[in-house]
Amino acid sequence: MIITKEKPLQEILGFLKPYKKVLVVGCDGCVQPPRSLRESERMASLIELARNSSGQPIQISATTVSRQCCAEGLQNQLSVEGYEALLSMACGVGVQVLNSVFPSMPTFPAQNTVFLGYEVKREGEMFENCRACGECMLGETGGICPVTRCAKGLMNGPCGGCVEGKCEVPAEIRNWKGEVVQTLKTTAPGT
Amino acid sequence: MKPFSHLMKAISEGKFVYTGELEPHRSLDLSEVESWARTLKEAGILAANVTDNPRSDSAISSLVASYLIQRNTGLETIYQLRTADRNRLALLSDVLGAAALGLKNILALTGDHTRTGTTPSSKPVFDLDSTGLIALIHRMVHEGKDLDGNEIKGPRPEINVGGAANPNMDPLEIEVLKLERKAEAGAEFFQTQVVFDVEVARRFLREIEHLKVPTLIGIFPPRSYGQAEFFDKYVPGVRVPRPFMEAFARFKEIGDKQKRSEKINEYNVEYFSSFIREVKREKACAGIHIMAVGYPEVIRPLMESVK
Repeated sequence: MIITKEKPLQEILGFLKPYKKVLVVGCDGCVQPPRSLRESERMASLIELARNSSGQPIQISATTVSRQCCAEGLQNQLSVEGYEALLSMACGVGVQVLNSVFPSMPTFPAQNTVFLGYEVKREGEMFENCRACGECMLGETGGICPVTRCAKGLMNGPCGGCVEGKCEVPAEIRNWKGEVVQTLKTTAPGT
Repeated sequence: MKPFSHLMKAISEGKFVYTGELEPHRSLDLSEVESWARTLKEAGILAANVTDNPRSDSAISSLVASYLIQRNTGLETIYQLRTADRNRLALLSDVLGAAALGLKNILALTGDHTRTGTTPSSKPVFDLDSTGLIALIHRMVHEGKDLDGNEIKGPRPEINVGGAANPNMDPLEIEVLKLERKAEAGAEFFQTQVVFDVEVARRFLREIEHLKVPTLIGIFPPRSYGQAEFFDKYVPGVRVPRPFMEAFARFKEIGDKQKRSEKINEYNVEYFSSFIREVKREKACAGIHIMAVGYPEVIRPLMESVK
């Protein structure tokens, strides 16, 4: 799934400052943590509260679509009439498709899109494990991506900076090459 | 393998070789490294590496420094080139440039992550890794092509390419697998990370013997307790044997500076000459890479003691 991190509210308020009628558009697709109707409504309430308290009231509503990355779906599902601007809760792809379908309407991102990843527990911590590079080697590397999980993106790792299975870059990244070797050993036919 | 450089010619003739290391700084002034290069040459060092943004600290272009040092001092240089800062287009340009300037050795490195250096905000490139760079240079030299098959017009570059190795890697098996890839890609020599423990060096040399890549073991005689401690504590994987640290702890207590240096020099020469004698016996060991930057007093006596 595509992992996003909510932008600071002040940044979003800055985008929306010139506008009085805004629609927050959620996405029911692969963006995680969830950025659907509930989250869009929460975002709309926060913006409304902040604008009211600063004496600049705003008319703001929330909706959602099945996925923001389908132009045809957006045309069929979304009506933006009567609004001055859109705030997308989706990933960077969604923002751009929304913008291309409604070119006369300024579209702003409510999220920073960070990576393609997974979670161990539902709504728990998210971890990156795919760079969408277009040259998948997972069949040869024990189902572990050596490039994504290395800070230097090395195909032929590990580099000299690896100590006791940990990477030198302060991110607690495990020594993937060790994992690859271990996985291939334990899953090889005949073991 | 075709030896183009003095270094590779000597290795292919079966000579035991010594290389040194030069570290130009973030400055136009190369006079200090040039004088150091002269010292290395006089001591009998055959060639010296010229570092490329070591530890991701920005410094003068290693290509330019390699050329100027070689031209001005007559010491053959090993141009270090790291993939952390250049994509494959720029790497090809620099390799061709190096060949045009008459440089004959390149040590292909990935390089430390840019986060670890003086400019942590810089974008790390890593388009290729060290193995990829070795493959690129090998292809340029032996096939006259780049990785995409684009032809190099005119004569092919005459360069011997080497790779770095880390005998301290734990588990060592992973490092051996990686060095197999480097050898396959065309590495003609290896220079290793600093080793203090002769057993670590020996075990490593035996593990990579099947690759038949001449290997220079890296050593760094420390000038002080602080330097030895730095390697022991902060350099990934490097372990300094306890007796060595204990000896340096004793030297630290000597009040007289002159006397302290004498003791340290003496110990370094004794320790490392026995180290060299031991590793020299290993088949895969083609020489020693002395990384004692700024420590000329120990190099000559060390080399003389193992002749």
